[in-house]
This record gives sequence, structure tokens and C-alpha cells, in this order.
Amino acid sequence: MTEQTEPLIELRDVKVHFPIKSGLLFDRTVGYVYAVDGVSLSIRKGETYGLVGESGCGKSTLGRGLLRLVEPTEGEIIFDGTDVRSLKGEAMRRARRRMQMIFQDPLSSLDPRQSVESLLVEGLKAHGLADDKAETNRRLRETLEAVGLPASSLSKYPHEFSGGQRQRIGIARALVLNPDLIVADEPVSALDVSIQAQVLNLLEDLQNERGLTYLIIAHDLAVVRHIADTVGVMYLGGLVEEASSDDLYREPMHPYTRALMSAVPVPDPLVEDRRERILLAGDLPSPTNPPSGCRFHTRCPWAQPTRCADERPQLRDVVGGHRVACHFAEDIASGKIRPHEVEVELVRPTDGTGPVDPPGELIPTP
Amino acid sequence: MSLLDVRDLSVVFQRRGERPFTAVDKVSFTVEPGQTVGLVGESGCGKSVTSLAIMGLLPKRGNKVTGEVLFEGTDLLKLRPDDMRDRRGREISMIFQDPLSSLNPVIPIGIQVAEVLERHQGRDRKQALRESRELLDAVGIPDPQRRLTEYPHQISGGMRQRALIAIALACKPRLLIADEPTTALDVTIQAQILTLLKQLVDETGTALVMITHDLGVVAGLCDTVNVLYGGKVVERERRHELFAHARHPYTHGLLNSVPRLDSPRGERLHAIRGSVADNIPWVEGCAFAPRCDNVVDACLEGPPPLEPTATGGDLRCNNPVSEEVAVR
Amino acid sequence: MSDPTTQAGTPAPRSGDDKPRPGMSERSIGVLGDRKKARLDELARASAADRGGVSLVRDAARRLRRNPVAIIGAAIVGLFVLVAIFAPLIAPHDPVQRFDELTKNLTVDTIPGASGEFPLGSDPLGRDFLSRMIYGARQTLFVGVLATLIGLALGVLIGAIAGAFGGWVDVVLMRLTDVMLALPSLLLAITLVAMASRSSQWTVIFAVAIVSVPIFARLLRGSMLAQRESDHVLAARALGVKERNIVLRHMLPNSLTAVIVQATLTFAVAILDAAALSFLGLGDPDINRAEWGLMLGVDGQRYFEVRPELAYYPALAIIVVALGFTLLGEAMREAIDPKNRR
Repeated sequence: MTEQTEPLIELRDVKVHFPIKSGLLFDRTVGYVYAVDGVSLSIRKGETYGLVGESGCGKSTLGRGLLRLVEPTEGEIIFDGTDVRSLKGEAMRRARRRMQMIFQDPLSSLDPRQSVESLLVEGLKAHGLADDKAETNRRLRETLEAVGLPASSLSKYPHEFSGGQRQRIGIARALVLNPDLIVADEPVSALDVSIQAQVLNLLEDLQNERGLTYLIIAHDLAVVRHIADTVGVMYLGGLVEEASSDDLYREPMHPYTRALMSAVPVPDPLVEDRRERILLAGDLPSPTNPPSGCRFHTRCPWAQPTRCADERPQLRDVVGGHRVACHFAEDIASGKIRPHEVEVELVRPTDGTGPVDPPGELIPTP
Repeated sequence: MSLLDVRDLSVVFQRRGERPFTAVDKVSFTVEPGQTVGLVGESGCGKSVTSLAIMGLLPKRGNKVTGEVLFEGTDLLKLRPDDMRDRRGREISMIFQDPLSSLNPVIPIGIQVAEVLERHQGRDRKQALRESRELLDAVGIPDPQRRLTEYPHQISGGMRQRALIAIALACKPRLLIADEPTTALDVTIQAQILTLLKQLVDETGTALVMITHDLGVVAGLCDTVNVLYGGKVVERERRHELFAHARHPYTHGLLNSVPRLDSPRGERLHAIRGSVADNIPWVEGCAFAPRCDNVVDACLEGPPPLEPTATGGDLRCNNPVSEEVAVR
Repeated sequence: MSDPTTQAGTPAPRSGDDKPRPGMSERSIGVLGDRKKARLDELARASAADRGGVSLVRDAARRLRRNPVAIIGAAIVGLFVLVAIFAPLIAPHDPVQRFDELTKNLTVDTIPGASGEFPLGSDPLGRDFLSRMIYGARQTLFVGVLATLIGLALGVLIGAIAGAFGGWVDVVLMRLTDVMLALPSLLLAITLVAMASRSSQWTVIFAVAIVSVPIFARLLRGSMLAQRESDHVLAARALGVKERNIVLRHMLPNSLTAVIVQATLTFAVAILDAAALSFLGLGDPDINRAEWGLMLGVDGQRYFEVRPELAYYPALAIIVVALGFTLLGEAMREAIDPKNRR
């Protein structure tokens, strides 16, 4: 729908590496967690970009890196024509007004000591927008109304609300600054199922009313499919596939995306009874020591003896804007290459890797 | 006779200085041998408390459990703690949401499996270890000989859940209660664990009570589904009937509010209004009434009864979603 | 709670999907009579009645008031504080005056016991023991409270700097506190008192205060570092709040509660430490000053075989007041624990 518009934000080869420190008196760097390792993507104005992947894939780190809540190690982040990474101190702080964030856990992301009013005013004050008292008051009430909370909420505290209402407060806090971009990190995964729909609908309404641009980060493919225009799939720090939401779900081309989609349960017994699952082998490799070549080749049922282990596939346009990072995407799609058994490689959970969750584990069905 | 027959099970929490809170309100359901039964609902619906009450695992103080839990005709609630402890792990097992906190971090996995066999089956250590290796193999843990001597933190989350399933199934129990066993896991691992559970239940004939908030998990697994709301069963149906036409406005709303991977895009989600905080007490009427689109006057005149439906299920609603609308 | 704005918070706006959607009215086939509608609103209000603008602090205070442990602790502490404040009114005699009635019976082996005018008898110098006990509350609490406050102030300063700046500042400050923690606290206090050229009540206060500094500093610093990683600090940073305000308005206030609870517990330790220093003869040299530790350490110890009450009463007073502060501190810790929040 917004094919012609300029990208609002563009990431070019962004990397976020966390040093692993060790040592008693003085910290020594003994290695790196390659949480995000070379991601390029762009989000057009008014678009919703969905980023999916399992825990430990680096999707949250990418979202935070984009807002410079963690410092990217390399790459460019072009927001509305300026490289955010080149901004220093006060300039960066000022720039934050236009790029806001919604957190996963609405309770922990709201300071328990602040009333809703204080939570909402804080951002306005930080940007010198709270000078006119009447105007501020009007703005707060308007924002609360937009997220579906009564004006009486202003004097209440976060712990007095239910989970869904807290997430509305979190959204209001981001919204009150009138941002252009909102990064939402798992905005509904901490909420009850019946509440998730309310928040998703709210996010959509707000986008329609205010022309917001979203980067929605989630592990739930159904949620992302519902809300996103474009979807990017991450695996072990890199983007493996990117396509419009419809294309991706109609024809996933990367082997990992295929496995991921086949694993999502659908609340319909007729579908569940018929479907065939692609079950992945082995553990998610450690992001401190990612596999050579294609990151996925150690678990890929379609892995080939050539190229996969020694050449990292670039994200390339395969058909009409459908980008895939797989050497053999076309051959797999046409059925020329068939899936095969994969030998399980043993991977140890990594300890102390900062924001990266301990990787999960997969083995083929007996 | 049913394997498990829960009759009018109630759990009331009474904390000092606070109003008593009824977490489970006269819940009844049965599990036949080899059957898979789902308890579905959102946080606070009483599904986990129900399972803990069945297992006799609720804290000794601060709560009152009433009703009957008949396991092969024996009321588990009347058993002495020692007898109940003996049955736990041998006849009824349970697996929990968080595999790491359910395993003892300082004891090797193999020993943890073996200990169950030693306690309940009277095996000696050598025999128990041999059997535990076979069990770890059966739940799909690679290289089980080496895993025997490893500690829980050395293996990944999915493997830990497999180890827990091995412990739970060590004594070939007749009933396995799984409380959100895949909620802490990634989807691809969830698929693995669900496939494993399904396969083990088929092979061993163990009955399974699956407790989850995820309707998708239930859809592929359970024979019968109990939908809980505010501590009461509001709808009970066989799987295909339930998903084909959910009659209770809550179940119906829930099914319509979750985005589906295979549904056409761009459709607005039909959200259920409000949250569980809006519930009214069951004595006043239907707890769901404040959030319900189908609410009628009768809904505020005491709790609606659980009545049998034409399709063989049970329904607690004065004004259910009509058959035509219910079909999706 | 009769404020109409709080009542407005019920079904419609606060319950989620409030905006009427096309097609929704057709879907909702339910009809509710006016009377039932009113009943529903009433029920909703009833459940919302006990909520409304209650901050965490007030919430904790409410829980504290309901906790019998807190009430007992507060009662003990309150009683001693009252005694300390009104000592001149309560005490039957001047605590430093030596009475002839008492001194005339005073020998190496006999100290006059209780009598009508002197309910607890005499001290070894012929002064009224009860009055000295009552004035002792004043002095003991003064030393304990002041020492704790000085320790708290210094500890918070060091901890806040370490927690706010991190990096090498943190490393240096924390190694410094490590050194202080490595020494046994009483030994450190003894060294400090011994180092002072002339011992006075101020050296005792200072010594006891210094000993508690590393505990406060570590606690605050640890808590601030945890806050630094927390979502709400990240959220403030994402909002563009100035770093200074993040430290002062988010990290520090949220960390302070734990430290304040610790301070209540430290009162008890400070009183015991001060008593211990006096007991070891490192306390205030002023023989006229009534202080329980001094009374226990000097008179109680020396004349224990003659009149054990001289040791019992100050010891008992110290134990009870320390217990009072400990109970209060534990109850506060429980009250602010977020796990207990409804």
C-alpha cells in the first residue's frame, strides 16, 4: 500500500557484539557473543515490519540496537536521512522523541513508584514539551483516551492495573511524544490470550489514525503475520528471509522459515490432524561461536555438501521482493533438492551471554 | 470406572487479613484410561490450582480443598500424606512449565531418573541406572549414556523438559498431568515435545491431563477439552465439536480473538472486552457477564448451571452462541 | 472514593476494546434490562472500590499496619523513644546526683537494693539506678540513631556514586569497601577508637558509623546496578530522559527502599556495637553519662557478684530495644517485597 514512500529507517549491516568478560580484578575480554551479526533492512513510512525468530536469535538486541539502547558495534542506522549512530550525547537524546519503544513486560517497564501521570509527563519534560500546564493536561487526557484508558487513571499507579491496561499505559507513554517510529518488543506475549487481541487491535487503530511506523518484534508467527506488512525472519544473529507477510506465509522459501511455520500450532483440529511437521535437528548453536558458512547448515534438512558449510549466503531477491539467504532457495522451492536426515550435533547452553537466552534444542523424531 | 473422577473440587485460599478467594469452584471432570483431556483457560482460571489439588501439592496452610478426587475409586483427598506421596510418581506423575526449576541442580540427570525407580520400583542403583538410560533414550535425548552423569545446567531447555518427561514416565504411571509443559519453550521445540508426548501416550496407554492456555496446543492433542473460566468449567466438548462450533461466548470469543497463521490477513481480531479483573463473583451471576456480548438478565441471577448439550458436551450459559454463528 | 472520576473507571473505558466497531452491535445478541445493567455497574464499582491512587509506599504502609510483627516492633521502639524523649519527666531523680541515703550504705561488698524511694536501688556510686536506666535510653538511642544515620549517609553517597558511574569508579570504591568488610566490624571500631587521641561519645558514634558504611554502600550499589539493567530504566532512556534524571529519579529512589530497611536493622546492630565498645572500656570516659552499654560494661561487670541486677537491667534493655528495631525492620522488608503486592 505504501510502495512509493521513502524508507523511514534503514539499517545497513548492523552488528551488535557483546564482549564476554572474565577476570577477578580487571576484566579481560575472552570472546564475543555475536548477538546481531550483519543485518540490513529498511522500513517505509507507515509500514509495519515484523521481526520473528526464536529466543537467542538476536531480534530483541536488534530492536534495542536500532534505538541505541545497546550500542551497535558496526553498521549504519539511517533514520529519516541522518545516521543515528553519528549522533552524540544531547543530539541523540533529542532524537529519541521520534523513535519510541514498547516493552514486553508492562509491569517491569513501568517504574512502580510513578503514577501514570508522572510516567507520561516524564517524556514530555525530557523534551521540553510540558511547559504549558493546560496543554500538557489536554495532551495526557487525549493520549489516554486514544489507548482506551479513563482519565481517572492519571492518579493511579501501575500495580493497580491489569496486565492489558498496563500495556496500554506503556503504549501511551510511547505515544504521548508523538513519535514517528515505534519499536514494540513482544508487545503481547506477556498478556492473556483474550487481552492480546485488544492490544493488537489498538496498535492497528493507532497506526491508522496517526500514520505510525512499527517495528514489531515477536516470537509468535501468527501475531506477526496478523499485524505486519513485511516480515523478516532471524536466525542466530542474521536475517534469513524477508518478504511481504502474505508471500512469506504463502510460500516460505528458507528451510528455517519452513520448519518454524510448520511448528506453530493452529487452533483447529482439522488442520492439526493433517499437517506434517518439519522437525529440526540439533541445538541452536552458540552465538559465541556461530557455524561457518550458512549459520543454519548444521541443522538444515536441505543442506548440501557444497557451499553451505563454507560460504555465508547473502540475503538476495529470489522472486519479486522475496529475499532469502539460502544458496539453494530456488532448487528447494522447485523440489529439486529433497530433505534428508540430519545428524544431531551437541551444543552446550552458553552461560553468561548477557541478553541472549539459553538456546533451545531440537532433535528429529525417532 | 473412570481412571480419574474429579467431583465438585473446590479450592478456597484464605490468607490472613484478606477475603477468602475461591480459585477452583466445584470443578468436575473425568479422565478415562488412555485418554487425553485438556484443561484450558487464561491465568487465574484455576487450571493449575486444580492440578496441584489433584496431586496433593498445595501448601498445607492457607487453603481449603473440598470435593472428591477419585483415582480408580480411591479418594486421593482422603489419603494420608505418606500414601499420597507413594502414589505420586508411581501412579500419577506431573510435569511442570519450568524444566530448570523442577530439576535438582546439584544431582546428575541420570541419578534423578534412577532415584524415582529406586524409590517406587525397588530397583538397585545399577539396574535403575540401566533403566534410566533406556528412558532417556526413549524420550529422544541423544547419547543417553553420557547424559546420565551430566547436570541440568549442562543441557538445553528442551532437553531438560525431555528429562522431566523421562522422570515422570519412569514408573509407567497411569495418569500424567502436564502443566503448561511447552510454554517456556520455543515453537520448534514445543513441536518436538508435543510430538513426543503424543507418541508416548499412544505407546504406553498413559492418560494425559494437559493444562494450557494455548488453544493451538489443545487442538492437536486432546480428546476432550474443559474450558475453565473464573474457577468453573464453562464448556466441555470433544475436540472436533469444540473447535467446529464453540457455544460458550467465552470459548467462542477466545477462538475468534487469536490470530491464526492460516487465516486471511487484514481481518480485524474480535477481541473480548475487559479483563478477568472485571469478573463478578459466581454467586451474583455468571462471572463472565461483564465481558460477554450475549449477556441477558438471567446472567445476573445466580450462576448458570452446567447442562448437557445435544453434541454430548456440557455448557454453562444462559444465552449460548447460536449454532449457526458458532460454526466457523 | 465517592469521587465520580474514580467511578467512571468501570466497564466502558477501562475494559479494553471500547470503541464501537462496525458489525459488533449486530454480533452482540445479548440484551440487558436497565435494572440488571445498574446491578452490573454496582458490582464493578464494588470490585474497583478498594483500588485507586494507592502508591507503593502507601500500599506498603497499609500492609505494615496489618502485620502484628510490625506492630510489636513499632510498639517497643515507640515506647523506648518516648522514654528517651520524656526522660526528665519520667525519671524520679537526677541521674547524676549521689544520694546520702544510698552512699552511706555503700561498701565494696554491698550496694543498696530496691527501696520505696529508689525502686531499682543504687548504682555503685550511690546514684538512683532507675533514673540512670531511663536517661540511658536517651543516650543509647542517640548513639545508635546518629551512628546509623552517619553510616547511612556515607554509605548511600559511596554506593550511589559507584552505582551511577560504574566502570573504574565503581571498581575502586568497591575494593575499598571490600577492605573494610574484610575486617571484623568490632575490631575496626576498636582500632578507630584507639586511634583517636581522646575517646569520647563522638569517637564511639563515628566508629560504629564507619563500620556500617560498607554494608550500606554495597547494598545500594548492587541494587542500583540491578536497576540499571531493569526495563523501566531502559524505558526512561528510550524516552530520552537525561541520564542524571534517570539516576536521581529512577535508579536511586527504587534502590533506597532496601537500604532504608537495612538501616532499621542496623539500628539494632549499632546499639549493640556501641554497647560492646563501652563494655570493652572504649566508650565515653564521662562517668556521669548514663548509657546502657557503659552501665553493663563498667558497673555490671565489676559488681556482678555483689548486685547482678546492675548487669541484668541494661542488658535486658539493650536486647529488647534491639529486638524492637529488628522486628520493625523485618516487617518493613516484608512489606515492601514486591512479591507480597496484590
